[in-house]
Amino acid sequence: MPTPIDPKAPAVSAVCKEDSQLRQKRMIAEHYHRLAGCPGSGEKNAYTFVPGNLTELLRSFDLLPVLPEINALQSAMRGKSREYIAVAEKLGHSEDVCTYVKCDLGMMKSGNVGPTGERLPDPDLLLLSYTGCFTFMKWFEILKEEYSCPVAMLHVPYQADGVVTEEMRRYVVAQLKEKIIPALESVSGRRYDEDRLREMLALSARAEDDLVAVLESAKHRPSPIDAYFGGVYYIGPIFTAFRGTPEAVDYYRTLREEVEERKRLNLGPVTPDGAVDRERFRLVVEGPPNWTSFREFWKMFADEGAVVVASTYTKVGGVYDTGFRHDPSRPLETLADYCMGCYTNLSLPSRVDMLSRYVKDYDADGLLVNSIKSCNSFSAGQLMILREVEKRTGRPGGFIESDLVDPRYFSAANIKNRLESYFQMIEQKRMHAVH
Amino acid sequence: MKCCVGIDLGSTTTKAVILAESGAILGRGITNSRSNYKIACDVALSEGLIGARFALVASALEGSDPAAGSGRALLAELEHGLREQQYRSQLRVLSEVMHRFMAEGDSDALREVVGEILAAMERGAAELFRSGASRKSDFFRDLAGSIYLRLAEEAAKTSPVGFDRLVGLFDKAILDVENRPTDAGNFGRHARAALSRLPEAPAALTRAVEEVAEVTLDLACTVGTGYGRATLPFPKEQIRSEILCHGLGAHAMFPGTRTVLDIGGQDTKAIQVDAEGIVISFQMNDRCAAGCGRYLGYIADEMNLGVQELGPMACRSSRPVRINSTCTVFAGAELRERLSLGEKREDILAGLHRAIILRALSLLARSGGVSDEFTFTGGVAKNPAAVRALRGLIIDNYGEMTLNISPDSIYTGALGAALFARREWLRRGSPGSGEATSDRGAEGGRAA
Ligand code: SF4
Repeated sequence: MPTPIDPKAPAVSAVCKEDSQLRQKRMIAEHYHRLAGCPGSGEKNAYTFVPGNLTELLRSFDLLPVLPEINALQSAMRGKSREYIAVAEKLGHSEDVCTYVKCDLGMMKSGNVGPTGERLPDPDLLLLSYTGCFTFMKWFEILKEEYSCPVAMLHVPYQADGVVTEEMRRYVVAQLKEKIIPALESVSGRRYDEDRLREMLALSARAEDDLVAVLESAKHRPSPIDAYFGGVYYIGPIFTAFRGTPEAVDYYRTLREEVEERKRLNLGPVTPDGAVDRERFRLVVEGPPNWTSFREFWKMFADEGAVVVASTYTKVGGVYDTGFRHDPSRPLETLADYCMGCYTNLSLPSRVDMLSRYVKDYDADGLLVNSIKSCNSFSAGQLMILREVEKRTGRPGGFIESDLVDPRYFSAANIKNRLESYFQMIEQKRMHAVH
Repeated sequence: MKCCVGIDLGSTTTKAVILAESGAILGRGITNSRSNYKIACDVALSEGLIGARFALVASALEGSDPAAGSGRALLAELEHGLREQQYRSQLRVLSEVMHRFMAEGDSDALREVVGEILAAMERGAAELFRSGASRKSDFFRDLAGSIYLRLAEEAAKTSPVGFDRLVGLFDKAILDVENRPTDAGNFGRHARAALSRLPEAPAALTRAVEEVAEVTLDLACTVGTGYGRATLPFPKEQIRSEILCHGLGAHAMFPGTRTVLDIGGQDTKAIQVDAEGIVISFQMNDRCAAGCGRYLGYIADEMNLGVQELGPMACRSSRPVRINSTCTVFAGAELRERLSLGEKREDILAGLHRAIILRALSLLARSGGVSDEFTFTGGVAKNPAAVRALRGLIIDNYGEMTLNISPDSIYTGALGAALFARREWLRRGSPGSGEATSDRGAEGGRAA
């Protein structure tokens, strides 16, 4: 039974920055700086996507990953996406096209200046790992026109039955061997070095252990973390350029220690406006966040004492909490499993299973869906998911709509209205259960 | 005497519902929402309290002389008289404000014309409120505005003062009149004045009015909801979302309700409630207000009609035109194109109503479908063409079911809020709860 809460008490207390946050900021800045220096240093890069990314493999060839979705969301957080989207729309892209794509194209057309204010290098390779979203193909088709660099495509079979079969694994490994690795060799000028890859995969597994411990800390009451708004920071290093690096291992070790300390002290999550001291609602969230009004969006939750205890968005790069870890003893197979296991590659029934499990395991009050207007890939089927999870868990679902990086799609009043209604609906159900 | 209040600050109208300790509805008040929310809320509340006092007078009368058949008619007379007094008192404020605005540099001619118009309005007041008279609206702004405009138009024909100047002055003054507290809510004064004009008011009525005027209506708890709820001067725990209030209000009106559709000025909500009136799921239109009440307002403007004329006109259609767009701007374009093609206005309007309801149906589907009983609330529930389209589409899509529409549907949100207020009051351990102060509560006076 939920603990009674004083509704008048403020939910959020003073602001503080943790060591891990500062460390991550530094890591990301250094990475962008290194990218900016590529033309001078001779380092090479590959543009690729977050879902099921092949970071260790790229790094084993000394190629630096560039992730257009991350650039787009960073542009949004810096308030640049409106301008970039306008540039893309001038080129003829319609209002309904995925706004990550338009933001990225707009940024490219405006000089390809990255989030740290430095110019990003042109791609030496477009590495298209196709995990569930057709838009990826079109996106790189456009980039290919611009840059005329080689394209390598990894086709990742969809987990229609919710399992990875041996055939599927063989199919991906064969592509890695026959297409991807040769392409990486040719672009980097280096030979494939399996031992090096194994070392990196071992480092990945260590960081992954700590990440999972951090995400699962939300099972504690009160949750020491917010697994959605805070969660997107936690997945930063592992889903971008740092998996398989010692920096990632250190980062996740530090983060885990911080989180465990908060858990020991029964502290709530840290938000940009302070810590949530009074956990009033525990939610599971499905769908990406809105980046243009990220802080305002988070505040709508924090002010009400709503803490997200689990989210699927933090699994877009890969799902670890079912036990998957990168396995150095079978390097290519493990990479194949990783790609096929990422969230966007899961079937709707698997997503329903996962979300229902989250609601129960994390003892959440319900599932909230943030449906993204310009992302068909995520949004299709979300209402069905919502209803099904409601049915299985008996906890109420909520539905809001926003967008990734298009500020025009974020209606604060509308979202706040729906969130408030949803929270009050949970409260009403709770009071009724008590009486 | 204790009562609990719900205020629904909507985008076009502000509503108040007053509940007795027993949970029975004592009074309802409505006013147009305006720039000053606090005043809109005060006006709706004072209207609701006047309604509550009428209810008290009625129950006092019934108690004193159950055989008096003329009691109800007399009460209606009294109410007309009171409305007239309120109108007159606001006219006086209007006159004062207009004269103040004219003070500097305006011509004597203008002052004279305005004076004559206001005097004519004063003279016409009794006629406006005689029993049986029909009024386009009960809001002072609309009522006084339409008469003023008519008189100003006539006056401009024969005087050197231009029509535009007269209208500009009124527009400026009415804002001021609306945004200042008035004494329109003074029941005692207005009721006594109205009584004195009633020929042969029976002693029982006079006594009841006197008694009720002395009763203190103690607002034990107030809960606010609606589009503008965040601007209401209430603490956070006394604010409830419209979704919950419409759900609970609809449940109180029709306890069998399972699905609720509310088409308000700015948004449309599809709500599912359980057997206790607790919301179990909902969907709302997103950032675009297409297909909401405002859309109808826009169409009415395009066609140069009053909003309340749209429904009846659309009902005259025998061949509705298929309109696909509920986007307000497109609909305007589509409307003009259809008119230019020679389509009949009623057929186009019927098509537009259907388009709105189609959109609402999509929200309903997304909220979990439509279940028996289905209740339609909000301002648009008064529109017969919308109701007709809704009924048809529900049967097509979900089969026969009970469609509830209360004549008081516009008060659903405020009623829900008032019920929450009463729960809150009971929770705090109200003294003397359960004592009925009126047995007249509408909607069966269901206690929460
Ligand atoms: S998954 Fe959605 S957000 Fe990502 S590229 Fe595809 S459409 Fe865009």
